[in-house]
Amino acid sequence: MNETSLAVLYLVAAVLFILSLGGLSHQETARRGNTWGIVGMAIALVGTLLHPHVKSYGLVGPAILGGAAIGAVMAIRVVMTAMPQLVAILHSFVGFAAVLVGVASFINPDERVAAAGRAAIMVHEIEIWIGVAVGAITFTGSVVAWGKLRGTIGGTPLLLPGRHVFNLAATTAIVVMAVLFVSTQTSHELALIYLLSMTAIASVLGVHLVMAIGGADMPVVVSLLNSYSGWAAAAAGFLLNNDLLIVTGALVGSSGAILSYIMCRAMNRSILSVVFGGFGTGDAKLAAGGDEIEGEAQPIEAAAVCDLLRASKEVIIVPGYGLAVARAQHLVNELANKLRDKGVNVRYAIHPVAGRLPGHMNVLLAEAGVPYDIVLEMDEINPEFKGTSVALVIGANDVANPSAETDPTSPIYGMPVLKVWEARNVVVLKRSMASGYAGVQNPLFFLENTHMLFGDAKESIGHLVAGL
Amino acid sequence: MKIGVPNEIEPDERRVAATPDSVKRLAQMGFEVLVESGAGRHAGFDDAEYRASGAEIATDTAAVWNCELVAKVCAPQIGEVGLLREGGILVSLLFPAQNQALVQALAARGVSAIALDAIPRISRAQKMDVLSSMANIAGYRAVVEAANVYGGQFTAQITAAGKTPPAEVLIIGAGVAGLAAIAAARGMGAVVKAFDTRPAVKEQVESLGAAFLELDFEESGEGGGGYAKVMSQEFIDAEMALFREQAAQVDVIITTALIPGKKAPVLITEDMVEMMKTGSVIVDLAAAQGGNCAYTKPGESVDHGGVKIVGYTELTSRMPRHSSQMFSANVAHLLEEMGGGDHFSIDEENEVIRGALVLRDGASKWPPPKIEVSAAPPVSTKTAVAAPVSRSPAPARQSLARGIAPLLVAVVLASLALYAPREFIQHFTVFVLACFIGWQVVWNVTPALHTPLMSVTNAISGIILVGGLLKGASGEVDLAALLGTIAVFVATINVFGGFLVTHRMLKMFRK
Repeated sequence: MNETSLAVLYLVAAVLFILSLGGLSHQETARRGNTWGIVGMAIALVGTLLHPHVKSYGLVGPAILGGAAIGAVMAIRVVMTAMPQLVAILHSFVGFAAVLVGVASFINPDERVAAAGRAAIMVHEIEIWIGVAVGAITFTGSVVAWGKLRGTIGGTPLLLPGRHVFNLAATTAIVVMAVLFVSTQTSHELALIYLLSMTAIASVLGVHLVMAIGGADMPVVVSLLNSYSGWAAAAAGFLLNNDLLIVTGALVGSSGAILSYIMCRAMNRSILSVVFGGFGTGDAKLAAGGDEIEGEAQPIEAAAVCDLLRASKEVIIVPGYGLAVARAQHLVNELANKLRDKGVNVRYAIHPVAGRLPGHMNVLLAEAGVPYDIVLEMDEINPEFKGTSVALVIGANDVANPSAETDPTSPIYGMPVLKVWEARNVVVLKRSMASGYAGVQNPLFFLENTHMLFGDAKESIGHLVAGL
Repeated sequence: MKIGVPNEIEPDERRVAATPDSVKRLAQMGFEVLVESGAGRHAGFDDAEYRASGAEIATDTAAVWNCELVAKVCAPQIGEVGLLREGGILVSLLFPAQNQALVQALAARGVSAIALDAIPRISRAQKMDVLSSMANIAGYRAVVEAANVYGGQFTAQITAAGKTPPAEVLIIGAGVAGLAAIAAARGMGAVVKAFDTRPAVKEQVESLGAAFLELDFEESGEGGGGYAKVMSQEFIDAEMALFREQAAQVDVIITTALIPGKKAPVLITEDMVEMMKTGSVIVDLAAAQGGNCAYTKPGESVDHGGVKIVGYTELTSRMPRHSSQMFSANVAHLLEEMGGGDHFSIDEENEVIRGALVLRDGASKWPPPKIEVSAAPPVSTKTAVAAPVSRSPAPARQSLARGIAPLLVAVVLASLALYAPREFIQHFTVFVLACFIGWQVVWNVTPALHTPLMSVTNAISGIILVGGLLKGASGEVDLAALLGTIAVFVATINVFGGFLVTHRMLKMFRK
């Protein structure tokens, strides 16, 4: 396999990757898309293995086999509620690999680079620097995100005093050291020390950035890290002169950027406030303290909810993260099926940030066997609440908070929300009256057409299923 | 504590203040309930059902009245007052302003009286508000009565034998009763129009599928307590002109206009009735308060020149089962608010109880101090929504950012052109184009597949394994090769993990 044929194979792989992402536009073509991705990967991998640069399989052979086995086991074992953790840890691997590739190519540069002029070497070193820095931030940031999503690390943001100063100092240090690194021409060892110190600083920065982010912002963080992992791969492509890596990295990077943008818009937040942390805590709690809602929530019994549901024509189920926590998606589907058998039109309304990952709720419902054509996005379903007999809110809070539309003083004012309160009846399944991740009271619970069914979501839905 | 539920002796009264269901709830609250035999028979509840839900049944009327608390629907007749235990508690409709003789008799007996009709109309008290729950049923029944005497179908039909037009129904007053009537008439297929002096109810009317008639006139009829207030003469003239115009067109008029403490306004005058089509129907829900129609005879249905005017005053008693169910639930909520059987008290600090309290141990508590009602006109909240709140950065900052961005791009491009090696520019071209492709492609991804999108991008970003391979399989065993090998290892986890889990997820999505 010579250089030219490999480049052609890489081109084919890059096109297949683009088609793979394109396939995800619709559920019908999504599986084909995944297959294209696999084929592209296989072509790239086999092509590279046959390349003359790859001289021995002694080390990499076992590494590939081991990685494949571990990856396969992880993918098969993971429960769908734990998808956010899996995605986060996979991001960290890309970041880690980018760091390793960057450092390795500094220690052992291509002959081609060494033969080129000073300018080329400088560019190469800057590429290494960027690749390693982005990789390190992605790596440690994703590990922290993984810990937070698993619950190993608490969900509350860690807000150090002077955290902005710290972030600024760390960023400055990375830039200043870059200049030192590039200008160190004489001593390879000194340059390596700079590189490794910078890796350490970037790693701490990654930890710090994600530690400062609250639980409600996890969907944005995961998408952002997704984007970073792409940029890290692209940077690795630059330093290795590998167009396939550049293309793939750019695809992944822009995909993550779009997801972050969508998530931020769905929470009415600026991307900067998420990146630099601090929401979902200080300011929000202050507002909630001064803003107690007058009124009394009306509790309701499961049997009464059954009567209500039986008498309905249109029911919209609004699942939130609480559903994932209670792992009640199968029971919800059973409930919906019973209602559908009785001729009730049941649909699901998904808020873009429901769950801890973009599209997480859709996956959970799909796992439970809910047909995807009755699972609707916020913009599709919002006009439908008006004619709906019952809106069943299961473990969701902030995404159905009317304050976002009516109360300009609310910290979530302006965030697009599901207008459940326009339904004739709203039944909220909730463990207690506690506020959601944004720390804001929800006036929905006190509306005249709202009833609260308290208790664990799984148990409550169980009662409903039994009652119907 | 024992609650007595006596028979209603009012001739047309078919409701009952406790149903077997409410007895169960009362028992859970710690009350004992003594129901007079036959109290629920008109409403379709027999003694056995009450017994099964834990009530005691008594045939002795005096024993029922002698309970510590007596709950009934209608105000007691003067003759019944003597049956009440001295110092006992009465919970029923009372209309203290209209029934002063009765209130005096109750005072002389030393009882405490709670008037269910005087529950303040605040949101918190809605579950205890019998006027609302009964108005709701009366509104529905009014449509049933209208349909009963109207000589045609409400819904439009096109059949092989010809077609019939839909009935046109005008509802005057869009309070609880009016809205219920709109919903019922719409449900039967009629074309419904509604009028109310309060423009704020327009949205509610339209949400039920009726047209809201408007006057070309500026005056809000929003009074206290969710009722309308008396309007100015000019307004009334404009309103009458509208009704006159409508009377000639519509088939059915249902009037629900009440002003608290006053005789109902006459809205359908003699000449309007004359103008109506033969066979059309007026149902006057204000009949008990004098009627909204000049020809209304309270309690009767009369025919005036082919126009039927229904003035029944006991519409809720015509649906005794559901009206009893609602009424008794209101009563149960009130008793729960008062502390239930175990902590029962008449708490004058509680604005709901204070508002409804007419007598306390014989001492007059009527009228209660005025409270400000929470049924704020919904208009004001709506305007608050529209208030401009800046969601984006200040315009000055925005224009600054807009100026800087192209400048930055220009600087970067210029420095690239000056200093970057040719090879870098080639890669950079590929990079920028790939970003654009990614941007275009990913926007098309349906939000439902965002999680699979992330896992598939996880998998393909594992392509960094190619980079690891070039370093790790260089043939030498040094530090760089080792680092490369580790990179290959973790990147392979990504490739296999990402593709497999995506496959697993996508397999689950089905129609």
